[in-house]
Amino acid sequence: MAILEVRGIKKHFGRIRAVDGVDFRTRDGELFAVLGLSGSGKSTLMRLVAGLEQPTEGDILLDGKSVVGIPPRHRNVAMVFQSYALYPHMTVRDNITFPLRARKVPREKWAEKLDWVTAMLGIGPLLDRRPTRLSGGEKQKVALARALVRDPELFIFDEPLSALDALVRNTARAELRELQRRTGITTLYVTHDQLEALGLGDRVAVMRGGRVHQIDTPADLHARPADTFVARFIGNPPMNLIERDAQVLGIRPEHLLPAAAAHVADPGLRLQLRISHLEFLGEHWVAYGFDESGQSKERIVARLSQERGEFGALVGQVADFVAERRNIKIFDKQSGRLVGQV
Amino acid sequence: MNEEAGASGPPARAGLADDERRLGWLMLGPALLYIGGFVGVPFVLAVLLSFSDATVGDPHIHRLVGLVNYRRAIAQPQFWTALGNSLWITFLTLLALAVLATALSELLARPFRLKRLVQTLIILPWAMPVSLAAVAWLWLLDSTFSPLDWLFRRIHLLGPGGWFGPGLHFYYLGRTGLAIASIVTVNVWRMLPLATLIVLAGRMSIPRELFDQAQIDGAGFFRVLLRISIPALMPVLTVALLFAALMVFGDMATVALLTRGGPGTATQVLPYWAFLQGINGGDLSGGAAVALFMLPVLAGVAIAALRLAYRSQQS
Repeated sequence: MAILEVRGIKKHFGRIRAVDGVDFRTRDGELFAVLGLSGSGKSTLMRLVAGLEQPTEGDILLDGKSVVGIPPRHRNVAMVFQSYALYPHMTVRDNITFPLRARKVPREKWAEKLDWVTAMLGIGPLLDRRPTRLSGGEKQKVALARALVRDPELFIFDEPLSALDALVRNTARAELRELQRRTGITTLYVTHDQLEALGLGDRVAVMRGGRVHQIDTPADLHARPADTFVARFIGNPPMNLIERDAQVLGIRPEHLLPAAAAHVADPGLRLQLRISHLEFLGEHWVAYGFDESGQSKERIVARLSQERGEFGALVGQVADFVAERRNIKIFDKQSGRLVGQV
Repeated sequence: MNEEAGASGPPARAGLADDERRLGWLMLGPALLYIGGFVGVPFVLAVLLSFSDATVGDPHIHRLVGLVNYRRAIAQPQFWTALGNSLWITFLTLLALAVLATALSELLARPFRLKRLVQTLIILPWAMPVSLAAVAWLWLLDSTFSPLDWLFRRIHLLGPGGWFGPGLHFYYLGRTGLAIASIVTVNVWRMLPLATLIVLAGRMSIPRELFDQAQIDGAGFFRVLLRISIPALMPVLTVALLFAALMVFGDMATVALLTRGGPGTATQVLPYWAFLQGINGGDLSGGAAVALFMLPVLAGVAIAALRLAYRSQQS
């Protein structure tokens, strides 16, 4: 158990500023997700925390003590890579005991530790196999067991689910969360998948261009994006950004309601949309259209629940939409920052 | 794609390039001719010669004499010296190659200043003409003018009061142990570029995450080397060494240039002994018999090398 703190960390590769001033502080036992697209600097950040890269500037503290300059093998940080990085010529058992061997844990203690992690992850039958004989899900469990076996202070997960099939992924995600809760080990979880970050993270840091745009709980990230980048990044489909004079109005698709059917007590915005097409997604419809007034060129998305009637006839037509005042976010057009609500 | 296929115009006839069987033979042809002409024919000739009583003066195969030449070959003490030396020199060369090629590939797998220069220097022995290399080595190992001797004298390791005794020269090629060591050194120098390239290719194909993971798991340099790098390099390293074994075991050039088998027969090796007997000594059939004693070793190593190379390609 530990608290990870990153202070003004920078990593420049020549002229490329991979990480350009990042600050955050996890809580003890927290699952802290770092969400960003490729090239956002999230992987470099993770490698800095693991000690695989040395920062150009800034400090990394584990439980209040700086770990900058300490090589990875002397940091008690465990990592699970996207590829799982299992040692191919060792059995599962040797893979799991490798950190014990390398960290010179007395051999008498191995059996106990091995039993503990194999029981926790349910991989007892796999111990004598080689990594090539494992499925994706099994590989992930072995990688987790290897990370867990040496009681690390901090876990770093690098997109550990992205190599799995969609079906296995949901189960694995739940298991991962359960495992993290049970062990209570502070975890840095790096991913490009917002479903993973929002679904797993206690808090999520959204990164772009080497900087953090916002750190918040998933719910707050969704409800109050700090700027237009986060607004556009979080949510599926993402928030509509509608230009009005010097401001940009942000409305989530589920908050943009057809005026005819909705009972909106305090309408903050009325929009006329020319519907370009509709998608049926099982539980709801999604309508795509353009602002008929011409003030906003961007495509606008509205999520329509099914019981609000059939919308098939709407394509090509102009329809009125309204949004509740409290559901509208206002961003500054220049800076993109959230400035308030209507 | 579809549009192209459906384009109007005269229907194309199947050309030579569409007939895979004929094309295959056509492309293999030159190689087959070459191997048949320069490997197959001489090989069959060598086998026939070794069972005949042909000499350089009368190189026709008049009659076959059975195993006489083979019996004669193994009756000579020089044959056993040459066989022992061949095996010993090959073994020492491979040992040094394994260590150096692994070390160099470890070095070249990392970024550092002047890496390009070091890479070029490592490849250089390969690009160097044999004659030039021979001159350079003969000078380095010369009994009187060796710059190595001069260097050792300057740092007072050689000469009166020096570590290596009062003599002013090592006589590298004049003393059995040093002569063997010199031959091994030149062999290693010649083979190292190829071996390093092969091992380096294998080293670069190990995913970087494996090394990151090992570091994070707590492994130091030597544990990473012994438990991660070398096991992963084993297949390519074996292939590199087997190929080097073929080239070293069957090679007579190094010995011919440096020592001519001397002092006495102390550095005699099988291929050079076969050459001396068969060509210089005029005993064509006897030389062929000696040379054919190398066949089981070379064939065994070649089969092992090809199998391994094929297997590593498959997995």
